Amino acid sequence: MSTGTLDRTAREAIASACADVHDPQPADHVDGVVPGLVARPADTAQVAEVLRAATAHGLSVVPRGRGTKMTWGTPPAGADVLLDVSALDQVLDHAAGDLIVATQAGARLRDVQDVVGRGGQRLVLDETVPGTSIGGLLATNTSGPRRVATGTARDLLIGITLVRADGVVAKAGGRVVKNVAGYDLGKLLIGSAGTLGVITDATFRLHPVPAAHRWVHAPCDDPAQAQRLAQAVVHGQAVPSAVEVGWAHGHGTVSVLLEGREDGVAGRTAMVRALLGETSTDADDAPGGGSTYPWELGATGDDRATALKLTFVLSGLADVLAAAGETGVALRGSAGAGVAYAAVPAGTPVEAVAATLARLREVCTRHGGSTVVVDAPAGVKAGVDVWGPIPALDLMRRVKDQFDPDHRLAPGRFVGGI
Amino acid sequence: MAAQESEVPATTPGIEAVAAVARRLLPEAGVITDRARLRTYECDGLAHYRVTPALVVVPEDAAQLAAVVRACAEHLVPYVARGSGTGLSGGALPHAEGVLIVTSRMRAITAMRPEDQRAVVEPGVINLDVTRAATPYGYYYAPDPSSQQICSIGGNVAENSGGAHCLKYGFTTNHVVGADFVTADGDTVALGGAAPDSPGYDLLGAVVGSEGTLGIVTSTTVRLVRLPEEVRTILVGFESTDQAGAATSAIISAGIVPAAIEMMDALAIEAAEAAVHCNYPDGAGAVLVIELDGASVEVEQEYAEVERLCAENGAFEQRLATDPVDRALIWKGRKSAFAAVGRISPDYIVQDGVIPRTALPQVLKAIADLSSSSGVRVANVFHAGDGNLHPLVLFDDAVEGAGEAAEKVSGAILDLCIEHGGSITGEHGVGMDKAKYMPRMYTDDDLDTMQMVRCAFDPDNISNPGKVFPTPRLCGEVPGRHKGAHPAQEAGLAEVF
Ligand SMILES: Cc1cc2nc3c(=O)[nH]c(=O)nc-3n(C[C@H](O)[C@H](O)[C@H](O)COP(=O)(O)OP(=O)(O)OC[C@H]3O[C@@H](n4cnc5c(N)ncnc54)[C@H](O)[C@@H]3O)c2cc1C
Ligand SMILES: Cc1cc2nc3c(=O)[nH]c(=O)nc-3n(C[C@H](O)[C@H](O)[C@H](O)COP(=O)(O)OP(=O)(O)OC[C@H]3O[C@@H](n4cnc5c(N)ncnc54)[C@H](O)[C@@H]3O)c2cc1C
Repeated sequence: MSTGTLDRTAREAIASACADVHDPQPADHVDGVVPGLVARPADTAQVAEVLRAATAHGLSVVPRGRGTKMTWGTPPAGADVLLDVSALDQVLDHAAGDLIVATQAGARLRDVQDVVGRGGQRLVLDETVPGTSIGGLLATNTSGPRRVATGTARDLLIGITLVRADGVVAKAGGRVVKNVAGYDLGKLLIGSAGTLGVITDATFRLHPVPAAHRWVHAPCDDPAQAQRLAQAVVHGQAVPSAVEVGWAHGHGTVSVLLEGREDGVAGRTAMVRALLGETSTDADDAPGGGSTYPWELGATGDDRATALKLTFVLSGLADVLAAAGETGVALRGSAGAGVAYAAVPAGTPVEAVAATLARLREVCTRHGGSTVVVDAPAGVKAGVDVWGPIPALDLMRRVKDQFDPDHRLAPGRFVGGI
Repeated sequence: MAAQESEVPATTPGIEAVAAVARRLLPEAGVITDRARLRTYECDGLAHYRVTPALVVVPEDAAQLAAVVRACAEHLVPYVARGSGTGLSGGALPHAEGVLIVTSRMRAITAMRPEDQRAVVEPGVINLDVTRAATPYGYYYAPDPSSQQICSIGGNVAENSGGAHCLKYGFTTNHVVGADFVTADGDTVALGGAAPDSPGYDLLGAVVGSEGTLGIVTSTTVRLVRLPEEVRTILVGFESTDQAGAATSAIISAGIVPAAIEMMDALAIEAAEAAVHCNYPDGAGAVLVIELDGASVEVEQEYAEVERLCAENGAFEQRLATDPVDRALIWKGRKSAFAAVGRISPDYIVQDGVIPRTALPQVLKAIADLSSSSGVRVANVFHAGDGNLHPLVLFDDAVEGAGEAAEKVSGAILDLCIEHGGSITGEHGVGMDKAKYMPRMYTDDDLDTMQMVRCAFDPDNISNPGKVFPTPRLCGEVPGRHKGAHPAQEAGLAEVF
């Protein structure tokens, strides 16, 4: 584990690149790694200067948006500079007529929603972790229930400004929904965990806020039934915005979100209730109190559950639920998209976590998907294969080598030690 | 055989070695070296660039294709992938000293899995055939370029193609989840997968739209979309494009996202009418083709609202297609517009630019001004919903200087798009044709950063070289970066991880 020792010249170089620098506090630790210095630049130009100074002094840099997903992924092999982009918090432009919004990366998703909401629009990305920043959301590629309707950040991001490890500022995409000029760098940056570049602003397409919404919930107590219900909805004509499943102790709930016009939602609610059967109910509220993940968000250190992300093709749902049941993990996620999250309780011995992970990974892989450890206590991360098999890893390494040849950006945070 | 071999230009180093590998692995018909036959591949849909390839291969499967690429890599022979050759930016323009790899014999739909909303298809599969195969299960493949009856999925992936319905449903990139991909080394790797969110960098996201410059896709897993319960297609006549534009804005502002909103101006209507007798409203200065789809109740309500908004914005005629025949006729007028222009002008350039939708009135006015000051006629057909313009710049090549004048107007239209915050291409790609415009839209640093991706995938620059980027840099060199170990590292003060 590295601790924050920065020599005086390096420290001065960073301080001259950015007015706001301070020594790390406990809250600045990155998954147990103590940074050398925290730099909080005021704008893209300062981010670039910090990265140039870091390059000149051979310093490792870990970007941070607003903070708690900093334990996601693997701990960095070094964090000489913690690059805090939270001062880049402006929503730059809401062009309502064009259904787009441009925002700085440190802005909170909630603030972006407030701004565009005033114009009757929304960025259709669920806030899965309260307080999340746009940059952090992109870098971790989080998504919630509504991905069934309009996809994830990768489907909504249309332009991006990034600062490369060498401090060069580049943009890709732009301000129009349709643009096929050049490579789509935004896609590469999404989910890259800060290892390819620092995102400083992003432009998204928006959707109108629907006039009405309704959830339909149906209890079920065997995995095959849950799959049947989910399939009935996705193959039906209800145009759901979300098809969720929650599963624990051998039973659970399939929930369907309908959004749109008042009459339409009423009609489709009836349609879905007929599909899901007599035991179904409808309500205004999301299942599980609206939380997407089956783990405690506020937990820290060894009190954290091992948080898993599972993906699979739709017809694999029953097997995934059965495996969750066997291994005793609680599971929640998008039955309609083939993405779910599971939590192995805090305090579970590493060997047991590894066994659960292996079982879930086997079933997800068999159904075309994967299982990755999103977050876990240090001991667990060290004792299990966090990412699992990664096809095309060699090509990913070559991309990393091009963008960050010295491997100074969030080193070791990502797949294959990238 | 011997006669054919002598046709291979002796000046092309390595090509003979690649041809030998191809002859060993591919059936005879799949290796073309005969000059006359090579020439049938000398251009794609953009016929004014022509280059005869040194060798054409038509592999039957991914293994053959990969072996050819491996041979190219070994001998540093450039290669270009070609699907159906309908590209309109010269993306599949061959390399004179290289190999053209044609996917037209790789046409199997290898899996159809409606229960997973997925199909797996080979790259030569025709776009519309995916929908045809999925329809019996209640599904379709959403990206629908106007060329969908002939263009290939491989070409769609490379161009990130879109169509009338991408306003609501997105482009190819939103509908492709996995691919088998042959790198410029000839290795085959899996990108993405059947399930969403594959861990690691989204390399597939970078490959889609890369116009064959990163490697070749040999199999694609696509997303299938549920056929909607109801579809309504409406043809609306306006006196002017201004009115049609205002109606478009009003519809979007009302929170309605139609499946498509397409606009044609008077000249485009005239052309379509002459070609396919689509019976568009008499005397219209503009028409909108609006399609609403989804659950019946909602479509019904949206239809009422759209009708009202169009009327409020000056529509003088609105026609709802009541049966599939009517609907097909409305679309036929729109979809044949490009080809139809041939009826009213011997030559034309199909331009493809994008602007933010709200800039539509200003830009259309500026195009009209350009047209009247230059005397070059411009017909406008476009995806109004998302601001993707397709001005058809008409000219007669037999008239001295007319071609140049048309080129100039066509280029000026792109400048207008950039000026208004738009893009130089919304769906046809950069290819050979627009590489020179890339620096008008992106800075050197932007382009340099994109080149890093190419250097990672294709360091020797053999995969479709000369396309998309005006000046590729050498992959070994990165401007402005220090070389060698940092002093701090040498002194043991810091480690590079
Ligand atoms: C115990 C605890 C409880 C909390 N409870 C609440 C609460 O109840 N309500 C509330 O509002 N907030 C709360 N917070 C804060 C809130 O959760 C965090 O602000 C937020 O989740 C951080 O997410 P982020 O998206 O900004 O990403 P980060 O966690 O900052 O970053 C995630 C990943 O993305 C990378 N990254 C971030 N930004 C960029 C960028 N611009 N470019 C490239 N890579 C980047 C990082 O390197 C990291 O790998 C809490 C925090 C803690 C510690
Ligand atoms: C009348 C007409 C209407 C059109 N309408 C539209 C439209 O509405 N929307 C739209 O987006 N486009 C449209 N196009 C353009 C064109 O049809 C699309 O770009 C289409 O995707 C090209 O497919 P293709 O198989 O013909 O590809 P080609 O022209 O053969 O190749 C196009 C590019 O893809 C590369 N490529 C081909 N196969 C592969 C592969 N397997 N792996 C990697 N790279 C590959 C080639 O190297 C080349 O750069 C239209 C064209 C015409 C002629």
